Amino acid sequence: MSNVASENMHHDDHVHHKQSFISKYVFSMDHKMISKQFLVTGLIMGLIGMTMSVLFRLQLAWPEKSFPIFDTLFGKWSTDGHISPDFYMALVTMHGTIMVFFVLTAGLSGTFSNLLIPYQIGCRDMASPFLNMLSYWFFFLSSCILMSSLFVQTGPASGGWTVYPPLSALPKAMPGSGAGMTLWLVAMIFFIGSSLLAGINYVVTILNMRTHGLTMTRLPLTIWAFFFTAVLGILSFPVLLSGSLLLVFDRSFGTSFYLSEIFIDGQALANAGGSPILWQHLFWFLGHPEVYIIILPALGITSEVVATNSRKPIFGYKAMIGSIMGIAGLSFFVWGHHMFVTGMNPLAGSLFMFITFLVAIPSAVKTFNYLATMWRGNIKFTPAMLFGIGLVSLFVTGGLTGIFLGNAALDIPLHDSYFVVAHFHIVMGSSAIFGLLCGIYHWFPRMYGRMMNPQLGYLHFWMSLIGVYMVFFPMHFMGLGGVPRRYYAFTAWDQFAIWNDMNIFITYGAIIGASAQLIFLYNFIYSIFWGTKSVQNPWQSNTLEWTAPQEQIHGNWPGEVPQVYRWPYDYSRPDAEADFVPQNVPDDVVPVGWVHAPKGKKDDKI
Amino acid sequence: MSHEAENKLPTKLWGGGRSPFNVEYGKLMMWIFLLSDAFTFSALLIAYGSTRSSFPPAPVHEAIAFGSHVHEGELAKYFTPSTQGVQLAPGIQPHWPSPDLVFNHFPFLHGHHLPLLFVSLMTFILIFSSVTMVLAVEAGHRKEKKEVAKYMYWTIAGGIAFLSCQAWEWTQFITAGASLTSNPFGPVAFADLFFIVTGFHGFHVLSGVVLNIVITSNVVRGTYERRGHYDMIEKIGLYWHFVDLVWVFVFTFYYLI
Repeated sequence: MSNVASENMHHDDHVHHKQSFISKYVFSMDHKMISKQFLVTGLIMGLIGMTMSVLFRLQLAWPEKSFPIFDTLFGKWSTDGHISPDFYMALVTMHGTIMVFFVLTAGLSGTFSNLLIPYQIGCRDMASPFLNMLSYWFFFLSSCILMSSLFVQTGPASGGWTVYPPLSALPKAMPGSGAGMTLWLVAMIFFIGSSLLAGINYVVTILNMRTHGLTMTRLPLTIWAFFFTAVLGILSFPVLLSGSLLLVFDRSFGTSFYLSEIFIDGQALANAGGSPILWQHLFWFLGHPEVYIIILPALGITSEVVATNSRKPIFGYKAMIGSIMGIAGLSFFVWGHHMFVTGMNPLAGSLFMFITFLVAIPSAVKTFNYLATMWRGNIKFTPAMLFGIGLVSLFVTGGLTGIFLGNAALDIPLHDSYFVVAHFHIVMGSSAIFGLLCGIYHWFPRMYGRMMNPQLGYLHFWMSLIGVYMVFFPMHFMGLGGVPRRYYAFTAWDQFAIWNDMNIFITYGAIIGASAQLIFLYNFIYSIFWGTKSVQNPWQSNTLEWTAPQEQIHGNWPGEVPQVYRWPYDYSRPDAEADFVPQNVPDDVVPVGWVHAPKGKKDDKI
Repeated sequence: MSHEAENKLPTKLWGGGRSPFNVEYGKLMMWIFLLSDAFTFSALLIAYGSTRSSFPPAPVHEAIAFGSHVHEGELAKYFTPSTQGVQLAPGIQPHWPSPDLVFNHFPFLHGHHLPLLFVSLMTFILIFSSVTMVLAVEAGHRKEKKEVAKYMYWTIAGGIAFLSCQAWEWTQFITAGASLTSNPFGPVAFADLFFIVTGFHGFHVLSGVVLNIVITSNVVRGTYERRGHYDMIEKIGLYWHFVDLVWVFVFTFYYLI
């Protein structure tokens, strides 16, 4: 107990510290700087991942058209202006890996957990600023290793982002199974290290370092989401670590954990006794919680933004916490629904199916709570709010197709078709990206002390929303029509010719969506340096990060950290003067307990 | 710590401003790290279980042979160690070997069939080192610097002894012809999993020994005495007990079952 007190005081000592350039901007231990480092790295990775998607969309739309610039840009990966099939597979694989892990795991969770956990729980920094810094640099190293795999002779990993053996386990299986795959695994091991260091830090910080009065049921929903995201990472990434370790041994040391009875060029390999399905189990034991690692922070951010901008308390605060817990708990028992076509025991398949359907309950609770929060609210349509609403829209659209795919009987025909691509890109890809953008627009003033241009924000939002739906909505129909995913071109099959125009339409959508992100990048960079200065609490929000002074100091608050007296959703209270009551407003100024509006017309009630 | 600091703490456990578990952050981090590491090992053991269950178990006569303490020469009737791997008619899967027949050597007692005796000794040593770790933690509570150091030395010695035993056992297995790509006793997966699982555990023990040495040197130099508490011993103790616990599972699943 005394240690805790001394630990807190220890942090106080750090408030006034002279820092060199290196310790302030590079090897920083300040959560705010680490958050910006995660954000910038994540955005750069996102830009790369997005560019890759545009490249392979060009190939899918116009497989016979020549783009001479490809020859200049990609050298031997392109012939006569066409990207090669190997390069196409590499692009798809790297796009998936970058987006899932580097942008939406580290970029999203790393940025906002780092920024908001200390700020919103009212502490001066993470429990261990050093491990926090280490976590970023592991991530940075991992990004560099992954990017370096683009430049090896045999190309980057190209067996899909799930790196199923035997393609990933036999270096001679295909060009991308060579050095590129090894680098993928090395990058992933560093990434797992980063994720574990970060996750442990987040959990301990939230448990141990909340300010006085901040009980668990007064935490903003962002913190609850980050907490369970970290828990999911702590429990699922180690399994991928073990799986990757075995894969490294299969690749490099001749073991047969995932290999059995393989022939290459008619030549039997010595490997015997392993099972490629084992990798799928280990991978998806991470892989499924991973999609919630991606979506939960986005949902948490949306909760905060929707409540603030609707000027209403979040609807069903405890139900929101419960549904986060429910989603997190269920996520560990549904991995088999990615493997229905592996020929699993029908009983196991039915159980996985049943548990998968259960996920719909907490997800629907969250959706309805967002809608009920917005219902008759005094909505401020800031760019952040629009992205929040966009997330809810995408979450519904993608969630509904999840019910299709969770059903083994429907999944088996739809598996590996564009229907699956449509489903997961909407429900966890685009909606998490919308959550990320929502968070950036909302907390940009907190991070950089300036406002982003809202007009460009609106343009960005509408182009993104249109782009996303143009790209992914038609894919449902393509999938139902039997179009398989991961094909380089469909020119050899007459039956897919009817989808040619659709592919062109989708690629136009991708170009619109990608252009929107360029507008965003311009807005982001411009606003960091030349945006209008923001006031301390531009959105009139209740959470503690807005009580800290504009000037960012190491330690966040000069003097004492604020105390908390109430939950963070006291908006539009009829008994308060302003329409928001920050968490640090004492009980005697505005009573903590909710006082209902005096009886009157029903319409006056919120 | 000072009295004022104690008084300022709110009364509610989860009310903020204090740790709800009354532990400082480092120890909580260690617990959570161990939780995640438990998943790492579980994944390896599950990989082991699923691979093993895909092979037929050892036939009954082999188990009987072990039960009746037959001479090693007679065992040769049931399996023939060779560096070429087991030669079987096509279509017949080699059965999973009985660990009793693979790990039956003991230093200086060559030629005797002593199943699992050596690995039992290793297990005893590791568990004993956990006992000395407990004593070190306890001495830390009493702030007896000399005693902490004494028991830490014993713990380090136990860890090193365990690692040496493991090195001997690996050597024994490797000289019999086992490697990552061959196993004279049966399926190569047996050897692969043996090296991976015990190797990964051994890596943990090695890390533990290194950390123990660092911490013991801090004890001797009085770092914790000046700090006023020996919490670091508790944290490393948690890790050490965890590694010990994992070994119990490895021993059970790999050797006993």
